[in-house]
Amino acid sequence: MTNAEKYVTAAYCAIFGVVLLYVVIMALKLQRLEREVDALAQRPPRERDEDQDREPVQVG
Amino acid sequence: MGRSYRIPLPALAGASLALVTTALLLVFFVVPNDLNQGFSQRIFYFHVSVAFTAYACFAAGAWKAFVHLWKRDPRADLESYVAIHQGVIFGVLVLVTGSIWAKISWGHWWLWSENQLVLFLVLFLFYAAYFMLRFSVDPGPQRANLCAVYALFGVVLIPVSFLAIRLAQKFIHPVVFTRHGPNFGGWMLVAYFVSQAALLVLAYTLYRLELSGKRLDTRLRELRRAYA
Repeated sequence: MTNAEKYVTAAYCAIFGVVLLYVVIMALKLQRLEREVDALAQRPPRERDEDQDREPVQVG
Repeated sequence: MGRSYRIPLPALAGASLALVTTALLLVFFVVPNDLNQGFSQRIFYFHVSVAFTAYACFAAGAWKAFVHLWKRDPRADLESYVAIHQGVIFGVLVLVTGSIWAKISWGHWWLWSENQLVLFLVLFLFYAAYFMLRFSVDPGPQRANLCAVYALFGVVLIPVSFLAIRLAQKFIHPVVFTRHGPNFGGWMLVAYFVSQAALLVLAYTLYRLELSGKRLDTRLRELRRAYA
């Protein structure tokens, strides 16, 4: 491999290395978000939602 | 980046992969060696394309910042942030590939005497400082407005950086796009345009991917607050 070939390979590897790293970071972030969505879905419904289901009554 | 019709993300990812593969095949198997620089000139196809993509991302970020200030749309603020983030990532790639090319062509990793290089570094650092501003202010309309104004100021540096090489009297950085058109033709021109298209589509794909993640994150935070 000549010197020029080494430098050209390094330049293209840098480009695709950074893009790959970015995609991996994004994939990890999306996995975390997916876990958080699952955790949220497993929570019991909040009390406020139950309150909204009640019949409104006139006061006073 | 319009909201009425969006190309699905998997289709964009497929187009990026196909274009990048075609560009690499053209660059390494079709394009002839340059008469002056030989094999090392092949860095040009992605280095210049990455640079124009970074400029495009910064310009898109400034446009979204303008839309935010005009319509007070919080979605535009997030889109501006993501576009600038993409621009900074591509900016890093411009500096890295440029340094590698400079080393083999000029024998130096960096030349402070070159206006083109220094102005691009200034542009890059300006937008890198955007994140310091953004994360030092509490989220809300004030942060969105400050960031939008900052992003709009930065866009002035893009034509300065782009034209610096043409305005300079003495330079060694090559000029390939002149008033009379590009200084090369044939397969070299085809490879350049395919590389440019590949990187623009790749940047747009990554932009959409990051934007989806950010929107999901924001929505989750809202839901968590509502459930708390």
